[in-house]
Amino acid sequence: MLRDITLGQYYQADSVIHKLDPRAKLVATIAFIISLFIVNNALGYCVAAIFLAVVIKLSKVPFRFIVKGMKTIVFLLLITVVFNLFLTPGEALVSVWKITITKEGLRTAVLMAVRLIFLIIGSSVMTLTTTPNNLTDGMERLMRPLKIFKIPVHEVAMMMSIALRFIPVLLEETDKIMKAQIARGADFESGNLIKKAKSLVPLLVPLFISAFRRANDLAMAMEARCYRGGEHRTKMKPLKYKRCDGIAYLVLGCYLALCIGIRVVT
Amino acid sequence: MPLILDHVNYIYGGDTELAVHALNDINLVIPDNQFIGLIGHTGSGKSTLVQHLNGLLKPTSGAIYFNGEDIHDSDFDKKKLRSKVGLVFQYPEHQLFEIDVFSDVCFGPKNLGLSKKETELRAYEALKQVGLEDEFFYQSPFDLSGGQKRRVAIAGVLAMKPDILVLDEPTAGLDPKGRDEILDQIAKLHNEMGITVILVSHSMEDVAKYVERIIVMNKGSVLYDNAPKEVFKHYKELEAVGLAAPQVTYIMQALKERGLPVNTEVTTILEARDEILRVKGVK
Ligand SMILES: Nc1ncnc2c1ncn2[C@@H]1O[C@H](COP(=O)(O)OP(=O)(O)O)[C@@H](O)[C@H]1O
Ligand SMILES: [Mg+2]
Repeated sequence: MLRDITLGQYYQADSVIHKLDPRAKLVATIAFIISLFIVNNALGYCVAAIFLAVVIKLSKVPFRFIVKGMKTIVFLLLITVVFNLFLTPGEALVSVWKITITKEGLRTAVLMAVRLIFLIIGSSVMTLTTTPNNLTDGMERLMRPLKIFKIPVHEVAMMMSIALRFIPVLLEETDKIMKAQIARGADFESGNLIKKAKSLVPLLVPLFISAFRRANDLAMAMEARCYRGGEHRTKMKPLKYKRCDGIAYLVLGCYLALCIGIRVVT
Repeated sequence: MPLILDHVNYIYGGDTELAVHALNDINLVIPDNQFIGLIGHTGSGKSTLVQHLNGLLKPTSGAIYFNGEDIHDSDFDKKKLRSKVGLVFQYPEHQLFEIDVFSDVCFGPKNLGLSKKETELRAYEALKQVGLEDEFFYQSPFDLSGGQKRRVAIAGVLAMKPDILVLDEPTAGLDPKGRDEILDQIAKLHNEMGITVILVSHSMEDVAKYVERIIVMNKGSVLYDNAPKEVFKHYKELEAVGLAAPQVTYIMQALKERGLPVNTEVTTILEARDEILRVKGVK
């Protein structure tokens, strides 16, 4: 059940998207998100959808794998849609008792839902095609200019990569401890809210202990290998732009231009 | 109460590209009062198999019967099954959570809905059965040594009074002394209480001394299911799947090849000694 969370997971495949430089993918993701807010009509979203579809096709990640990750945000999506639908003032479309659905409300609700779905799919495609290590490498490199403001870029990137690395480990651990307690007759499902919260103690205590133990071990192992932060540290595999990255930037530029064009013209 | 596995298959991550066929057509009968060793190389599916025995995993296809009832029938009482088939996971000490040892062992029987008195009585008995001294009962479980923690965790399952006790690699990460102590303790449980014990291990050496039946797993299938001395006859095939027969088997085989007419079916060092002395005519 916990394994269904695909957000932040990597999907192994041999595709052009996988081979792109993580910087290119990060920039592209940010650009795609911006584009979602540039366009504001059906034509624009069609272009965005086509762009996304082509990228997904190229990435060789099965579509249902991406959709599976969407399950986790259904609730968020629902709230957004409902609020926009009922609380936007404007020309009434349907009116039942005190609840009115306005034309503007319907429009924003659909718009927000589409934006949100595209946003999540877009960023999932990035995390699915980039290993966490590569991702943080790319981030570190992109954020390097921030060093002038005394922001510890390397440390932040390191923390992120460790956190990402530990998500599947902790999920697996949760699964294991849960099973062990169920084998001892624990019940995580039935009962009222208080009883349910109480039943989490046998799960959370061992989980925290295990997380601390792992953190401790990792810190020790890093110490033992003389890790001392980003100062004077070089990379074994420095990031290098290749030809496909150039092409990717070019395509991205065209896409953005098209989006802006649609916005200006219509 | 016998446990029957009928054509059990299990696939992890069924609908994705990453599917692993972890169990492949398993057919087993686990009768009352037997001491069974479940052996296999790492990744052969031992842990997956034992999680089926108390209904934690549901077979992708096939069925499991406890006392004649299908355990995945909607009206089957899973909680009851879990008290009857006690499963001790690998590194069980990682599941301890209470403020003291005694309360932790009480967790299982308490979940069964027993009275406070009965719960405490069972916890006390279980701790005695695993050989933990009274002085540790009210200490934090986290202050104990590795071997002691493991005993507490085993007691936590024993306190539910299972008919079948399954231990997944109970000796992993213990020193030789701790290992022997735990195994001796488990053998004693089997002998005194007459419960069925399934001991999961990747080491023949560990189980040869104790068990009366060995189930060898390889790549999700049962390779052999027989008495130890029968299984060890296949020592060459066992090597091919990353296992080995006990050292004694090798010594006896070598002796036989050099012309000493010994019986190669002995499984422990003591038996081997007697056998050699017998052949030599000393005894
Ligand atoms: N939670 C899981 N998800 C996916 N695959 C798993 C999981 N647990 C085990 N496996 C796979 O199933 C196979 C059998 O594993 P397991 O039953 O743990 O073997 P053993 O206990 O004999 O070492 C292995 O190939 C393993 O990688
Ligand atoms: Mg295992």
